[in-house]
Amino acid sequence: METAALLRELAEARGPAGYEGSVSSIVRARFGAATPDVRTDALGNCIARLPASPIPMGTASSAGGAAPAAGAPSPAAAATVGPAGPRPSIMLAAHMDEIALMVTQIEKGFIRFTQVGGFDPRVLFGQEVVVHARRELPGLVVSVPPHFTDAAEREKPVPLEKLFIDTGLPPAEVESVVRVGDLVTLRGRWAELAGGYAASKSLDDRAGVAAVVLCLQEVARRSRAWDVFAVATVQEEIGIRGAITSAFGVAPDAAIALDVTFGSQPGLGPQESVKMDGGPSLCVGPNFHPRLFDRLVEAARAIECPHQVEAIPGASGTDAWGIQVSRAGVPCALLGIPVRYMHTPVETICLRDLERTARLLAETICRLPPDFSDTLETRDALAGKGR
Amino acid sequence: MKDLIRSLTECFGPSGHEAAVRELIRREIPRGWEARVDALGSLLVHRAPGGTGGAGGRHGGTGGTGAAAGRRIMLAAHMDEIGVVVTHVDQKGFVRFGSVGGVMQLPLLGGRVQFAGPEPNGSGGPTGVIGLEKVDDASRVPAMDKFYIDMGASSPGDCPVNVGDVACFHRSFEDLGNRLVAKAMDDRIGCAVLLQVMKELDASPNDLWLVFTVQEEVGLRGAGPSGFGIEPEIALSVDVTLTGDTPECAPMAVSLGAGPAVKIKDGGMLAHAGVKDWLFSTAQSASIPCQREVLVRGTTDATAIQVSRAGVPAGCLSIPSRYTHSPSEMVDYGDVQGAVKLLVRALSEPVELHG
Amino acid sequence: MLLQRLSEANGVSGREEAVRAILLEEIRGRVDSCRVDRMGNLIALKKGSGGSALRVLVAAHMDEVGLVITGAEDSGVLRFATVGGIDERVLPARMVWIGERRVPGVIGMKPVHLLDKGERDRVPEARQLYIDVGASGKAEAEKLAGKGETVVFATEYRTLGSPAGTGAGGDAAAGAAAASGPGAAAGGARIVQGKAFDDRAGCALLAALLTERFPFDLVAAFTVQEEVGLRGAQVAAWAEKPDAAVVLECTGANEVPSRRDLSPSTRLGAGVSITIRDASFIADPRLVQLFASTAREKNIPHQYKQPNIGGTDAGAIHRVREGVPSITLAVPARYIHSPAALMDLSDFEAAAVLVREGLERLPRAFPG
Repeated sequence: METAALLRELAEARGPAGYEGSVSSIVRARFGAATPDVRTDALGNCIARLPASPIPMGTASSAGGAAPAAGAPSPAAAATVGPAGPRPSIMLAAHMDEIALMVTQIEKGFIRFTQVGGFDPRVLFGQEVVVHARRELPGLVVSVPPHFTDAAEREKPVPLEKLFIDTGLPPAEVESVVRVGDLVTLRGRWAELAGGYAASKSLDDRAGVAAVVLCLQEVARRSRAWDVFAVATVQEEIGIRGAITSAFGVAPDAAIALDVTFGSQPGLGPQESVKMDGGPSLCVGPNFHPRLFDRLVEAARAIECPHQVEAIPGASGTDAWGIQVSRAGVPCALLGIPVRYMHTPVETICLRDLERTARLLAETICRLPPDFSDTLETRDALAGKGR
Repeated sequence: MKDLIRSLTECFGPSGHEAAVRELIRREIPRGWEARVDALGSLLVHRAPGGTGGAGGRHGGTGGTGAAAGRRIMLAAHMDEIGVVVTHVDQKGFVRFGSVGGVMQLPLLGGRVQFAGPEPNGSGGPTGVIGLEKVDDASRVPAMDKFYIDMGASSPGDCPVNVGDVACFHRSFEDLGNRLVAKAMDDRIGCAVLLQVMKELDASPNDLWLVFTVQEEVGLRGAGPSGFGIEPEIALSVDVTLTGDTPECAPMAVSLGAGPAVKIKDGGMLAHAGVKDWLFSTAQSASIPCQREVLVRGTTDATAIQVSRAGVPAGCLSIPSRYTHSPSEMVDYGDVQGAVKLLVRALSEPVELHG
Repeated sequence: MLLQRLSEANGVSGREEAVRAILLEEIRGRVDSCRVDRMGNLIALKKGSGGSALRVLVAAHMDEVGLVITGAEDSGVLRFATVGGIDERVLPARMVWIGERRVPGVIGMKPVHLLDKGERDRVPEARQLYIDVGASGKAEAEKLAGKGETVVFATEYRTLGSPAGTGAGGDAAAGAAAASGPGAAAGGARIVQGKAFDDRAGCALLAALLTERFPFDLVAAFTVQEEVGLRGAQVAAWAEKPDAAVVLECTGANEVPSRRDLSPSTRLGAGVSITIRDASFIADPRLVQLFASTAREKNIPHQYKQPNIGGTDAGAIHRVREGVPSITLAVPARYIHSPAALMDLSDFEAAAVLVREGLERLPRAFPG
């Protein structure tokens, strides 16, 4: 399927944190095209399972695109496991929720609101929005017009308490249609820019979801030694909540999260952003397992995929942070898709970076040897020299 | 119910020292419910489906043979209150302190605090007065470290308290008729509601766990572990929420006296859509006035339970409260009774969650 | 000396391998089994001698705060970010070691002669600073230090003289314990200086503890990534399912003179610190009572850490699964999270004695 069309479909869908139903249906259909095993868990995470390729009984070759690593234990053990035996599993996570607003009060027909997830409040003033009330109402985010504010106030961003949504309707009608707790999304519009760039709301993290969909498509056609769980997580923007619970349920042996990262733009220093059109960033730091990082680099080199390296000193601010400490620990990696103007309605991406991310992810998965998971821990550290 | 609320609020129970509250609650548990204490001190009270008395184990019958299949439902109210902890006793016997939970500076000055005492409810301990250093900039709220407690001592030797001792606000319960005022309404009122639900609830198809948690005020620490142990299918916290009905307050669409509030969102979580709708439709069919709540800052135990294991559909029924986290928290008695009624009705019936 | 080797090793959060290797060699003859989990925690089991069915986790973290290289510039300087809570004021004009190879570098600083007034009053942020390794260009710099390599302060372990004025309050018991402790030389140099006593001191204590066998199974967890969010301890506790936990730490002592009569949190020379509550957890009262009464009865110098300050692995461990009663015991040190901390070995020894004696009695606090 065409990358731009897929991304557009996902990005334009509604899916505020906690209320991801609309985008979830789309994801379910897209995941479903690669595998029939798709379910939704208690919090709304959309989880697709693509089992590992069956290993023909009696052969010693490992499934997967790569030769076993030198010195690796013989794959004979894997060959004796039939298609129904337990395989190591890898979880892919990209969040499908987007930041939004929520109605807190209605005052003389004007709507007060709070944020669901972290907006830059400066971008709200003057934005077109959609109020998801008993019916959908277009509205504008407004405040006292500049003519009526003093100069000092005009130099500062309008504080959230002074912003309202004006639907243009008479108060009585607003009261009958809109209720406290109704969601409000920004009316972002998709725009294709020059050079293979596109702008839209919610590329954070529908771009990640799109990459997972594309990856799943490719992996479904190739042989692989690992089960793949593709998870479109919920409520990332309010505390990586879907990642925490879906990781517990899936209990994977490894995980790769996909999220957007800061693409270079004027005003950002070289340490604060990665290049646009330079491929995904592969992340290093405490949140990520060095061996899984190595596998990503190896795969990138094998398919000559442009990529970058990003050092993250602590919490990554992504689903990977929650997944890493699930149960007894999950080795994690993070792929960053460069996006400019994050958390605004005009997030901007280079579509080639999205395609590269998907291909790199698929290549990495298909190259994972069956025993890779075992190499990530030392069950008996007293035998021989420790790691 | 007012006497129960009075006894609960007058109990000593800052986070980490909930034992007196727990013992009082334990004595109030009606027959047919079984209680145990978990590793961190939360009190887990259980009744198996049917309401015939809880010999049921932890996973007692969630499946039903007939149409009315029950669910395992957990309700949580926290026993702990905010307070202060002694961090230092200075050379002149003045006590420096830190907060236990979200203590705000404004309500402190001239207030009284009481340390743990010999009475069964923890009262009767040494009391002190909160003082404040000289203030240079009257336009700003002084930092917590500018305050101290005067225990009437003149040296560390005759100070009746030591580093690590905790105190709660020392203020008595007041019944204003419709309105009740006390310290620790947050969340003894929730505890009172749960106890009353236990007393009024007849047969139920659901496997019920009513949990009185510890250490909510210092980070929802008791709720997660107790939820982990119970593995509920649905979870509800019962806690206070703020109101927007006092002079020049921060805007909020919740008022005292308009009924309990069904939480849609707070600072920590989004209520599960199905759980919230279950509460709204129960209120509607039982003709119980209720309110729609969005709380911008602050959260409850439900936030922790919701991300337990593989996730739990969770929500919260709130008791509107004014002057929260001050020594004089005010609730409306009608709201409290409405909450009890709503919960009894909701728990008595099979639950179908949509969405 | 183990404490010295541990202190000088590079083990910034996420890259604890060197510390783990030292500890593994140290403990391998003392434990019944040992594994390294997927996050890099080193977890060892010392089976109980019988008599108690309890399973007790004792934890100390291997990681230290430090820096991580985020990239190289065309001029040949390296950019970095802080890992864990470092006071950025200690960074300018510091000598550092990068990575496994300990590539030396300096964090440069604009000469004071050339500062304008505004700059003099501002603390440079980490992202404005850089490390100079002597490279003349980007490629050379990247060969010396790649993205993700970790950086530690170039601090060597040293022994200093005894504390001026025999420690706070001149506690006779502390003096006696210090004079008779195993490390005391005549006229004893008891103060040591080094980096990463937080928490290599805890690691050294735990390694030594493993020479004992207790009535219960003891799981020793040398954890990773405490400084970036108590991460390793969380998964270790999950996997090991302890009935109780004791965390061994190094905690701050703020004894710099002040006009105000305030708590120093802990003091050097006043013994092992017992945590009643900090910002991350409230210690189980039974464990506080156990260690406090043990300390009193055995005349082990001890003090109570100022409540509400700091966080430790106990903050993560106590909330795992259905909850784990926990406590933290710590050795005080001045200037933790800075290039060089000071620790009194008599406090270190008091900690060793208290944790051993307290654990011996632990089954009484948790009967059944």
